[in-house]
Amino acid sequence: MGGNVIEVEGLTKVFGDFTAVDHISFSVAKGEIFGFLGANGAGKTTAMKMLCGLSRPTSGHATVAGYDINTEAEEVKRNIGYMSQKFSLYEDLTVYENIELFAGIYGMKRKDISRKAVTILKKLGFYSERKTLVKSLPLGWKQKLAFSVAIFHGPKVVFLDEPTGGVDPVARRQFWFMIYEAAERGITVFVTTHYMDEAEYCNRISIMVDGRIEALDTPAALKRKFGTDSMDSVFYQLARGAKRSE
Amino acid sequence: MALGFLLAKEFKQFIRTPIFIGLTLVFPAAIMLVIPWIVSMDIKNISVMVVDNDRSGASADFIGAIGASGYFIMEGLAADYDEALQHVELSETDAVIVIPDGFERDLLFEGGAPVQVSINAVNETRGTLGASYLGAVCAGFSADFFASHAFVAGNPSMQAAGPVPNIEVSVQNRYNPMMDYKWFMIPGLFVIILVMLCGFLPALNIVGEKEKGTIEQINITPVTKPVFILSKMIPYWIMGVGVLSVAMVLAYVIYGLAPQGSIWVIAAFSVIFVFSVSSFGLVVSNYSNTTQQAMFVMFFFILVFLLMSGLLTPIESMPEWTQVITYVNPLRYYIEMMRGVYLKGAAFGDLLPQFWALLAFAAALGAWAVASYKKQS
Amino acid sequence: MTMKQFFAFVRKEFRHVLRDKRTMLILLGMPVAQIILFGFAISTEIRNIDTALLVPDMGENVRKLSEKFDASDYFSIVTVISDEADIDGLFQRGDADLVIAFSPDFDENMYTSEGSSIRLIADATNTNAASAMTMYASNIIGDYVSGIAASSGMYGVSGVQPNIRMLYNPQMRSAYTFVPGVMGLIIILICAMMTSVSIVREKETGTMELLLVSPTKPIVVIMAKMVPYFVVSMVNYLTILALSVWLLHIPISGSFWALTLLSVIYIVLSLALGQLISTIAKTQVSAMLMSGFMLLVPVLFFSELLFPVDSMPLVFRWFSDLIPARWYVIGVKKIMIEGLPMFYAAREFIILSVMAAVILGVSLMRYKNRM
Repeated sequence: MGGNVIEVEGLTKVFGDFTAVDHISFSVAKGEIFGFLGANGAGKTTAMKMLCGLSRPTSGHATVAGYDINTEAEEVKRNIGYMSQKFSLYEDLTVYENIELFAGIYGMKRKDISRKAVTILKKLGFYSERKTLVKSLPLGWKQKLAFSVAIFHGPKVVFLDEPTGGVDPVARRQFWFMIYEAAERGITVFVTTHYMDEAEYCNRISIMVDGRIEALDTPAALKRKFGTDSMDSVFYQLARGAKRSE
Repeated sequence: MALGFLLAKEFKQFIRTPIFIGLTLVFPAAIMLVIPWIVSMDIKNISVMVVDNDRSGASADFIGAIGASGYFIMEGLAADYDEALQHVELSETDAVIVIPDGFERDLLFEGGAPVQVSINAVNETRGTLGASYLGAVCAGFSADFFASHAFVAGNPSMQAAGPVPNIEVSVQNRYNPMMDYKWFMIPGLFVIILVMLCGFLPALNIVGEKEKGTIEQINITPVTKPVFILSKMIPYWIMGVGVLSVAMVLAYVIYGLAPQGSIWVIAAFSVIFVFSVSSFGLVVSNYSNTTQQAMFVMFFFILVFLLMSGLLTPIESMPEWTQVITYVNPLRYYIEMMRGVYLKGAAFGDLLPQFWALLAFAAALGAWAVASYKKQS
Repeated sequence: MTMKQFFAFVRKEFRHVLRDKRTMLILLGMPVAQIILFGFAISTEIRNIDTALLVPDMGENVRKLSEKFDASDYFSIVTVISDEADIDGLFQRGDADLVIAFSPDFDENMYTSEGSSIRLIADATNTNAASAMTMYASNIIGDYVSGIAASSGMYGVSGVQPNIRMLYNPQMRSAYTFVPGVMGLIIILICAMMTSVSIVREKETGTMELLLVSPTKPIVVIMAKMVPYFVVSMVNYLTILALSVWLLHIPISGSFWALTLLSVIYIVLSLALGQLISTIAKTQVSAMLMSGFMLLVPVLFFSELLFPVDSMPLVFRWFSDLIPARWYVIGVKKIMIEGLPMFYAAREFIILSVMAAVILGVSLMRYKNRM
C-alpha cells in the first residue's frame, strides 16, 4: 500500500448531464489530516460519499484502507468511520444507546463496548448524560458524540463532512483537539470544511472547484505558491473562477 | 450480533413513539368492537308502503303476511301510488306495493293475482334482496291462502287431479349455526388489522429514516442488507402475532367465536402472512422519497388488495379477468385460510394450495425488500 | 396583504404538489382505479355459486334439474359426488359453497305419497350468501315443479304474482350505489389527508416558521396551502363524473350545478378537517394515522359504499349522522341518481354547510391560539 490509506485515480460522478466530480486523483497517507475544501456545490460531499461506499462512481478507481471502492465497498465500510454534514444519530435513542448500537453493528462485544464507552464518555464529560435522549443535547455536544461514534470501533480512516458547521469557536477548537488526538492514534482523517482557519490545522489540503481539484499541498506551500499569507486569499483566488455555486 | 443491536434499537424507538403504542392497543379493539356490527349486510329492514285498492279479507291477510315476515317494516297505507312514491323520493320508505282491485276475487277464481311492487333500487343489493324476500312472502302467502280456501265451492282451479310431483325441499346451513353474519366478518377483520398495522407502519419506517438522515449512518456501516431488513421486520412480526392474539381473545369474549380448527395452523399462516405484508411495506418504503409518498402508495395498494381479496364481496361474483387477478393477492389466501380454519374447522391438509401460495409470496416479497434496499446510490 | 402575495404562495404550493410525480399519479389515478374496481371488478351480488351435486342415482328429473341449475346465472356445477362424507371436505377446501343433495331413488319416489326430497346444504359462513343461494335454489326447484304441473295441465294455480319494478336503477347496477360513495371517499382522502400531512411536514422541517415570520398573515399561508388540493379535488370530482357518465353510463339525472355546489361545500369541509388535524398532530406520521384511522375508516364503513347504514344497530346509525361523508353521499344520490330537484336535498345542504362552518371555525380558532 506504500503507506497510503486512500488512493484515488480519475474518480468521476455524473448525474444526468451534470458532472459533479470530474476525474479527481490524489492520495492520503496514513495518519494524515487531509482537508478537502471547496465552495458549496463544488463536489466535496459527492466525492466523499463515493469514497465511503455510499455512492457508486461513474468511472475511475479508488482504494480506501486497501480495498477497492468499486468492488469491495462493504470491506471499505468495515474500516472507516463517517460523520455526515447533517446530524444523523438517532435522536430518540440515548447517548449510550447510540454508541452501543453502532459499536454493535461493527461487531464489538457488549462487554468491550461498555468498558470503552465509559472511558470515552468520562473523557468527554458526558458520563452523567449517558441516559439522556440525544434530541435534548445542544448541537456542539451532538457533534462531539457523532465524532466519538464514528471512531469508536477503531477505523483506519474517518470521513468528516463539515463536522463543525453551526457551532461557536470554542466548541470548534475543542472538536479539533479531538481530531488531533485521533490522528495521533494513527487514524487517518479526511475532513471537508468551509472554515479557512480550520484548513490551517490540516497537514495537507486540496481545493475543489467545479468538480475538479485545482490545488493540493500543505497550507504553507499553497500560501507560498499563491503569494499570500492567508488561506482565505488562496481560496478566493481559486474559487473566483467557479461557474457553479449555490 | 449486529441483528441483536439493531433489534434493540427498533424496539426502543417503537416504545418511545406513543402513537404506535396507542395504535396497537386501540386500533384492534376498536375494529373488533365496532365493525362487526356495522358490516352486517343483512338487509332485513326494508320499509314498505301499501296501496290497497281491493280492501278485502285477502288483501288484509296479505298485508299482514308482509308485516309478519320479518323482512319488511310496514310504513302504513297510502291512498294512491303517487302519494306513496313521494314517500320513496323523500327516502321515507323503500318500496311500494300496490294491491289491485279484484285481488281476492282473482285469487279465488282465477288461481292467481298480480301485485305491483316498486322498489327503490339505487342500492342494487337492497333491490334484489327485497325482490327475493317479497317473492318468498308471496309464495308463502299463496300456499297458506289455498290451503285455507281449498273448500271454496265452484272453484275450478282448485280441483287438482292426477299425480303432483311431491318434492320436499329442506335447507341445512352449516358452520354458522346461529346464522350470525358477524361470525363471517370477524376472521376477515383480523386480516384488516394485520394489514393496516403490519403493512402501513413498516412502509413509514425506512422512508422516515431517509427523511431524518439516520439511514446514512447505517449505510456507512458494514451491516448486511438482509440483517438490516430483518431488524425492521421482526418487530412487526412480534407486533402482528400480539395484536392477532388480542383480537382473537376479543372475538371469543365478545362474540363467543373460537376457532374450529387448529390454532397452530392459524399461527403458521399468520407468521408467513405478516412477513409478506411487512416486506411489501418495506418495499414501498425503499422506493419512496417522502413519508407522504409512501403513505399514499401504500394506501392505494392496500385498498386494491382489500377490495380484491374476497373479504367484503365474494370472489365468485367477479368477472373472469378480475378473478385471475385475485390469484396474485396474498390477502386472498390468508382470508380463505382464516375463514376455513375459524368457521369450518379446515385442517392444514385442506389448505395446502393456500400455504404454498403464501409461502411463495413471502419469499418473493422478502427478497424484493432486501434487493430494493440500496446501501449505495 | 395583497392578492399578489397570496398568489405567490399559491404558486409555491402548486410547485410542491406537482413536483412529487409519484404522489400526483396516485392522487389522479386513485379515482380511476376505484371506479374500475367497483364498476367492473367487485359486486356484492351473489353469482356463479360453486355448487356440488350429491346424487345417489342419476335419473331423468335429477338430470333436468341439474341442467336448470347450471343454466342459471346464480349457480355453476363444479362437481358431482355420491358420498355424503365428502361434503365437509368440499366446504373446507373451499371447492364448493352449496351442495344440492337428492334423495335416493329420486325419480321413482317423486310421485309417491312419501315423496322425494332435496336438501340444500349451504356453507353458511357467509350467512347472507347462504340465505340468498338457498332462496335462489328453492325458487329454481319451485319453478321446475310448477313447470311439470303446468305442462301436464293439471294444476293452474299461480298464487300471488309480484310484478316488480326497480325504481331509479332499472338495470340493477351496483354502480348507482358506489359512485357517490367513491366520491365521498376520494375527496376526504385527498383534502384532509394531504393538507394535514403537508402542513405538518412544513412544521417538521421548520419551513413553516420561515413562512410565518415573513410579513404574511398566517391565515394566508394556510389558505394558500389548501388551494392546490382544492383544485386536485375538483379535478377528481370531474374525473369521477366523467367516468360514471361515459364509462359506466350513469347519467347525471339532476342538476349538474346543484351537484357541484354540494361537492364544493364538502371539499371545503374536508380541507377544514385536514387543517384541524394539522393543528393537533405533531409529526407527519401521526397526522397520517389520525386522518387515516379517524376519517378514512369511518367514511369507508359509514358512507353506504358497501354497507347499508339502515341495517346497523341504532347507536351506529346515530354515530353515522355525525359523519359528513354520509350526508354528502345521500345528497349526491338524491341529485345525481334519483334526479330530484335541489329542494329535496335541502337537509343535506344545510347539514353540510353547518358542519363546514363549525369545523372551519374551530380549526381557525385553534390555529390563532397556537400562534
